[in-house]
Amino acid sequence: MINKDLVIIGGGSAGMAAAIGAYDHGIKDILIIERSPFLGGILNQCIHNGFGLTEFKEELTGPEFAYRFIEQVKARNIPFVLDSTVTSINRDKLVVYTNAKEGVVEVQAKAIIMATGCYERSAGAIGIPGDRPAGILTAGQAQLFLNEYGYLCGKRIFILGSGDIGLIMARRLTLEGAKVLGVAEIMPWSNGLNRNMVQCLYDFNIPLYLSHTVSKVVGKERVERIEISQVDAHMKAIPGTEQSFNADTLILSIGLIPNNDLLNSISCTMSRTRGAIVNEHFETDIDGIFSCGNVLHVHDLVDNVVAEAREAGKGAAMYIQGKLPREDQVIACLAGDGVGYVVPQKIVLDESEDSLLFKFRVKAPSKNVFIEYNFNGEVIKRVFKPVIIPSEMEIESLPKNLLKTNQGTLTVSLKAKEA
Amino acid sequence: MAVTELICINCPRGCHLKVDDQLNVSGNFCPRGAAYGKQEVTNPTRTVTSTVRISGAELPLCPVKTAQPIPKGKMSDIMVSINQVFLQAPVHIGDVVISNVCGTGVNVVATRNMEKIS
Repeated sequence: MINKDLVIIGGGSAGMAAAIGAYDHGIKDILIIERSPFLGGILNQCIHNGFGLTEFKEELTGPEFAYRFIEQVKARNIPFVLDSTVTSINRDKLVVYTNAKEGVVEVQAKAIIMATGCYERSAGAIGIPGDRPAGILTAGQAQLFLNEYGYLCGKRIFILGSGDIGLIMARRLTLEGAKVLGVAEIMPWSNGLNRNMVQCLYDFNIPLYLSHTVSKVVGKERVERIEISQVDAHMKAIPGTEQSFNADTLILSIGLIPNNDLLNSISCTMSRTRGAIVNEHFETDIDGIFSCGNVLHVHDLVDNVVAEAREAGKGAAMYIQGKLPREDQVIACLAGDGVGYVVPQKIVLDESEDSLLFKFRVKAPSKNVFIEYNFNGEVIKRVFKPVIIPSEMEIESLPKNLLKTNQGTLTVSLKAKEA
Repeated sequence: MAVTELICINCPRGCHLKVDDQLNVSGNFCPRGAAYGKQEVTNPTRTVTSTVRISGAELPLCPVKTAQPIPKGKMSDIMVSINQVFLQAPVHIGDVVISNVCGTGVNVVATRNMEKIS
């Protein structure tokens, strides 16, 4: 068994930034454990540009963004192991990983940061009616095959789900010679950024079918045809609205699920969105175990992931140094009217910063609304928003001096502007 | 009079813009929308990202991009040029893969380090 101050599980953008955050706050004895053969995680297959506008004030591709963090990790001589899978963790922070060279390795850590990202919702999760032939895959799979290994997954492709990965793949597959027949989205609004709607769909005249879903897959060996239908207010297919497409491939971009198997195995408390419940230092309800990046909640921008992960790294450093308060008194943070979730879900209210960041998503697009912070029955802050949409995460700073006590309930909700 | 309809990409508001022959932009909430509308109608540009084949590296493909945005209409020609390139490892970020691609004055450059493997 080896001992480490801090073990970070996952060597993507969150894991690397967390390591840098911890290192820069005085914790040098770190190990990053990465499952794939490279640091950088999913950034390596995201060869499109648009990353780094906040972090580096320039527009980078995924591999370029990853490279800048790999260089920062290497400049600090932070150790990492690749091709290595963590098989278990326990509440005493014993981490077991395995790889082909070292066999099974036990690491006793003082703190752990979970930075394991997400996996994609797959066909089984939504139960599409019809056959189960070859040619149905997730957008991320199609992206990995095409961008890192050079395999085009089909010639006539239909995409279900208008999230950013689906839109990015519509463009990428078109540029590589496939015909993208259309994108169907079950919601009445797109789930992607405007930038991606314009540059990935409109540029290539790819039709978007809002309030539609795939209602049938037909094919014996391979997908031969798919049907889409309009959906009603309860998201049920409306009979008689079927449209047929001669597709050989169906790509799914229908959501990401935090990869929390390890935390679930030790009964960590989870939120409704399947990320861990954390405080403002990103510590879960298990002493010394932290969570950040997409495994905590799905971000739209990697720039926000690395900023969050550095804070989690700092939080883990403070924990190891005995500087994090171990109090029973906490403020519970709740998502109120119109708000889907908030992170953090609890506040310990120590002296380390003057303000804290709230991140949340709204449930539906709204115009001319206030974000209202209600603390123990009193409105302590209101922020006007001309436009607010679910596909863009809101990040708001809340000064700590507005919180007069360290117990109670803080609710974040949307309020319509009075006429 | 021909009017072009666009969706502004500057912010989540996504204003529906109308741009006429005289480059008058309407429907924009802020000045950034007017600038975007004019640019999109007169000279729309895009950054193209793709991959080129490579041998001697750990992976069979090296990701690349146009170092600056190129005229939107040249995207498919540039894809044809990119698909003819075959690199040898090592290749490093920023290495020029195609210079002055399709006469645009813009280089196609590598976006990932691809080290030589023995």
